[in-house]
Amino acid sequence: MPYLGGEETVRELRRALSNPNVQSDQLRYRNTILKVIRAMSQGVDMSGLFSEMVKACATVDVVQKKLVYVFLCSYAALNPELSLLVINTLRKDCQDPNPMVRSLALRNMTNLRLPSLVEYVEQPLAAGLRDRAACVRRVAVLGWAKLHNLQASSEIDAAVVNELYSLLRDPDPVVMVNCLRALEEILKDEGGVAINKPITHHLLNRLKECDIWGQCQVLRVLQRYRPQSEDELFDILSLLDASLVSPHPPIMAATLSLFLSLCSGQPAVSLAALERVRGPLLAACGSGSREMRFTALCHIQLLLRSIPGLMGAHYKRFFCGYAEPAYIKQRKMQVLVELVNDENVAMLLDELKGYCTDVNAETAQAAITAIGRIGRSYSDRCLEILTGLLGLKQDHITSAVVQTMRDLVWVCPQCSDTVCFALEGCEETLQDSQGRQALLWLLGVYGERVSSAPYTLEVFIDGVRSEASLGVKMELLTATMRLFLCRPAETQDMLGRLLHYCIEEETDMCVRDQALLYYRLLHCGIEETRKVLQGRRSDPSLGVLIGRPAEPVSQWARSFNTLEPLRQGSIETDGALNRLKQ
Amino acid sequence: VVCPLHLFRGESGGDAVGVFYEKVTALTGDQPPVVMSHKGLHFVHVRQGGLYWVATTTADSSPFTIIEFLNRLSALVKDYCGSLSEKSVQMNFALIYELLDEAVDYGYIQTTSSDVLKNFIQTEAVSSRPFSLFDLSNVGLFGAETQQSKVAPSSAATRPIQSSREQSDLRKSEIFVDVIERMSVVIGSNGMLMKADVEGEIRVKCYLPNCSEMRIGLNEEFSIGKSQLRGYGAAVRVDEVSFHQMVRLDEFDSHRILRLCPSQGEQMVMQYQLSDDLPSAPPFRLFPTIERDSGGRLLMYLKLRCDLPPKSLSQELSSPDQSAELKPQSRAVVWKIPRFTGGMQLSALFKLEVPGLSSASLLEVGPVGLSFELPKLTATGLQIRFLRLSPVQPGPSQRWVRYVTHSDSYTIRI
Repeated sequence: MPYLGGEETVRELRRALSNPNVQSDQLRYRNTILKVIRAMSQGVDMSGLFSEMVKACATVDVVQKKLVYVFLCSYAALNPELSLLVINTLRKDCQDPNPMVRSLALRNMTNLRLPSLVEYVEQPLAAGLRDRAACVRRVAVLGWAKLHNLQASSEIDAAVVNELYSLLRDPDPVVMVNCLRALEEILKDEGGVAINKPITHHLLNRLKECDIWGQCQVLRVLQRYRPQSEDELFDILSLLDASLVSPHPPIMAATLSLFLSLCSGQPAVSLAALERVRGPLLAACGSGSREMRFTALCHIQLLLRSIPGLMGAHYKRFFCGYAEPAYIKQRKMQVLVELVNDENVAMLLDELKGYCTDVNAETAQAAITAIGRIGRSYSDRCLEILTGLLGLKQDHITSAVVQTMRDLVWVCPQCSDTVCFALEGCEETLQDSQGRQALLWLLGVYGERVSSAPYTLEVFIDGVRSEASLGVKMELLTATMRLFLCRPAETQDMLGRLLHYCIEEETDMCVRDQALLYYRLLHCGIEETRKVLQGRRSDPSLGVLIGRPAEPVSQWARSFNTLEPLRQGSIETDGALNRLKQ
Repeated sequence: VVCPLHLFRGESGGDAVGVFYEKVTALTGDQPPVVMSHKGLHFVHVRQGGLYWVATTTADSSPFTIIEFLNRLSALVKDYCGSLSEKSVQMNFALIYELLDEAVDYGYIQTTSSDVLKNFIQTEAVSSRPFSLFDLSNVGLFGAETQQSKVAPSSAATRPIQSSREQSDLRKSEIFVDVIERMSVVIGSNGMLMKADVEGEIRVKCYLPNCSEMRIGLNEEFSIGKSQLRGYGAAVRVDEVSFHQMVRLDEFDSHRILRLCPSQGEQMVMQYQLSDDLPSAPPFRLFPTIERDSGGRLLMYLKLRCDLPPKSLSQELSSPDQSAELKPQSRAVVWKIPRFTGGMQLSALFKLEVPGLSSASLLEVGPVGLSFELPKLTATGLQIRFLRLSPVQPGPSQRWVRYVTHSDSYTIRI
């Protein structure tokens, strides 16, 4: 962000930092440096003060040191030569009696990210691995990983790698976990740390000493392990059982991931594990943090793919909260659809109906779509609700309802009568192209039963010149043709006008070609035209809601506990449906 | 204001902050999705204290871990700075840099324990207001994350953690045990209770300079799990309960006592849930009448009744100053009631001019959402019987036990 007066600030601060009166006054010096950092945090470019800040590094005031290091690490890459001046201070600090100073120095030495410093850094890092203070060892271990990534070409000495392996037995749990992390990075090309039986059992035995983050790291690394016998497998599983139902969601998720990977050949055990995490996942769904709720929700959706009945008794937990953000509401609705059954359908639909008038248009549309999907198994109740919604004459609601009815009729052709009746008068409220396309499709396929169909189409045809949407125009062509085939007298004239416009005046080639195709078809004769245009109008096999086969866990196990389930978009895409309707 | 992120691994390159900012401002909705991606870089964020806390990751990391960490980080910042707001973050950027530096190394989380961190954090916190004991009078309002953001947080809970250097005797040693319950209720249009859930937490905020152990005693008749047998009397029951790793449960089965060694600052001790079998009736009931008058206006007559027991202390009987306003953007009427006495009934009549109002439109009205805070009350009846600290604290020390139930989502359909 450009900051007017940045140069002025830099000059002022440089003056202050070079002022010997300031330098001798501890507090003033520190406060001046604070100002530098503050300006930096606001986006002002302070790189001009590099040399002054280097001088400020040699101080006994630890707070000041830390501030200076923050500065240096940000700008070191721009000043590689000047950064070398800091090395002396850093190396001296690495031998300070205070372990905090030692660990600070070591960490920042490697954070400077300067390849030219590498030769100076190796010795202190090696000494750091054997430091008596745990906080220094922790930093030293990760320091080697940073060094490795800084110089990808050079190899880390095998002696160091061995020492890191032996530090897996360090009494301090964070050192142990950092070793795992460092070795994973350094040995990345070889597939990471060698997870063999002794290491696995060692790590598992020390799991309880680690905090949440350490446990998650260990559990993640152990996913590569393959137990050598079934007995060993079950030993490990029982050791981890308490973690599986941990109240801390990260541990629960990491443990389940591990279970699923260890038990990939034992589907029954996997399913049992899923049942175990139901409680903790539900608890996470009620967390005070909405992002945590969302994460738990998305993962529950994965589990439901393999055990559809998992949450059946708890469906009320997925009712939407009034003030919940739209992204949570939409996922909850997707889950509710999966949980519907004969006992709860009335209550569920009642609840969903309430969401259809949500202020947020996307949420309202999601609710309507959800009702449509439930309608595949409970068509009468759902159609009643959907028809009622049409009466509100709200454009986004009507559009969603018409699209939903189109989808519903494709899988439940027995609904067509109710749908046809409801369609009368919809066109006045429809604004968006998706809704209008859906209406046109319905009128085309079921036009013989909708008395006003020709009139509705005529309005569209009259307005085709100003129609912007390609999809609408294509659908209009097809619908008018289909209607012509069953109600020729009423539609002949308008069909002619439409075809004439599309062939002679329309600029979009797709529309024109389609119109030409239809024109030539008509010339071939009515029977030929009928054969092409009056194909399937439904596919009931697609849509049964209840009784869908459960997926094996292996289908989704890999994406459990990753960002994948949280990404935009619903789990089930209706893209297949759309493609078939053409 | 965007504070630049700490660059841990230098992998994001370029302007990660700028990319995130653009993405958030480009969205039309009010809530950006939790995970956003841009050229192989993933942004995961949480919102706390009116701020976005964003982490970037290139690998497909665990969302549970990232989100838990971000929440924990914001809690740490709140503990250290006293409060969480744009202002307190800006005033304490140096402290926050220090926290981040110690908490994460090379993108790997090292620790988020305030006990460990306090040995390393040197910078003093700068708080926006000086602390004053007189602010402790409002024990009920203590700035829990409620929907009532207008409720002034008591500074009793906004004191920063003392760094290890501070040995001043002027500062009081205090400990707060808060029982916070969140209620989710849906009442159908026929007045029937469709759903009632309570999520509860016991949190401890510890400012005692040395406290090796504390024991918290819960109600003796505290039972867990759905059972067919109903105890008589004031038995407290929850469906599920979970405890923080460090809580010792050896006396829990027998006497319902929790034992733990609290760290400095805030920590969650116990979480519990109760669904559908709340011991008391829902606190608020609504009797709505919606109709159209002859002039085509929408009339909403709402009678709101509070079914809580009336407090024994006398309350002002004159009507508290309520207000109502129309929010056209969210198409909602907001009725604000600062204080509501137990057992009382309030009513309001709203007349709205709605162009094109039809009888079908009446279906669109509602639901009614209530957001409230009930101090000194727990919906489940959970109580802290006693609090014992050992060693016995030298000098004066204050112990506070506070209860609050607030609404997570209280929906009444019309």
